[in-house]
Amino acid sequence: MSRTRVGLRREDPMQMGERALEKLVCETIVEIRNADGLHMRPAMQFVDLASRFASDITVSNDDTEADAKSIMQMTMLAAARGTRLRIRAEGPDAEEAVNALRELVETRLFGEPPPEGKG
Amino acid sequence: MKFEEFVCFKATIPHLQATDRDGAIAELVSALVTAGEVAAESAKDVTKAVTKRENEASTGMGKGVAVPHVKHSTVKKVVAAIGHSSTGIDFASLDEQPVYSVILLISPLDNPDKHLQAMESIFRHLQKERFRKFLRQCREPDALQDLLREADENPSW
Repeated sequence: MSRTRVGLRREDPMQMGERALEKLVCETIVEIRNADGLHMRPAMQFVDLASRFASDITVSNDDTEADAKSIMQMTMLAAARGTRLRIRAEGPDAEEAVNALRELVETRLFGEPPPEGKG
Repeated sequence: MKFEEFVCFKATIPHLQATDRDGAIAELVSALVTAGEVAAESAKDVTKAVTKRENEASTGMGKGVAVPHVKHSTVKKVVAAIGHSSTGIDFASLDEQPVYSVILLISPLDNPDKHLQAMESIFRHLQKERFRKFLRQCREPDALQDLLREADENPSW
């Protein structure tokens, strides 16, 4: 939990007019733990789940940022087991989105088996 | 991972005869057999495994491309065959549109990371409209080879 940051971002009042809008931003780091990594089927599960939220969500590794709602972009991350990914959500349900996605990746392991034996 | 490292240039089919998904998969598997990448006696089993995987969830990602794939003990390294259909094939794609470019990927059982790297390479390029367009326009194996080599040399292309 300590890895998750939640914050309110105030839009530039000059741009937003007098009524400045507040946007919730939530960010966390997750680790891919299933043996086969983020191949296409897990990527599809991730996209399906991310698409249920209104927030804009991105997932990034060291050199690539993907739209969490695009299967082509998510497959491109090609995250092997042990890879750490940054999930960032921005919008009204940012925190719920990040928590749900982290659970899918780290707790449910996309419904796939963990690495055998050697863990 | 570069295309050159896993795409079998001897297994490219500029004009797929098949007009249906399973036929196209079988045709690409045959091309890999002819190229010596897949053992002849495994062809049927590979085709069946790819089809089964496809039935679980379509690999038709939209925008006219599909990437059917499976892990199989017949290969020791990741290998891909590429086919083009001018009529378009129903792959039950996410966007419900026909597929014109089919990239068949067979990965060994014990190397998930290489499989991911090949996928990364494929989708990094397939995301670009220009690449998809050129891929569809390749009418000769040589043209396809040139396109993939060019993509390898200019990752940001």
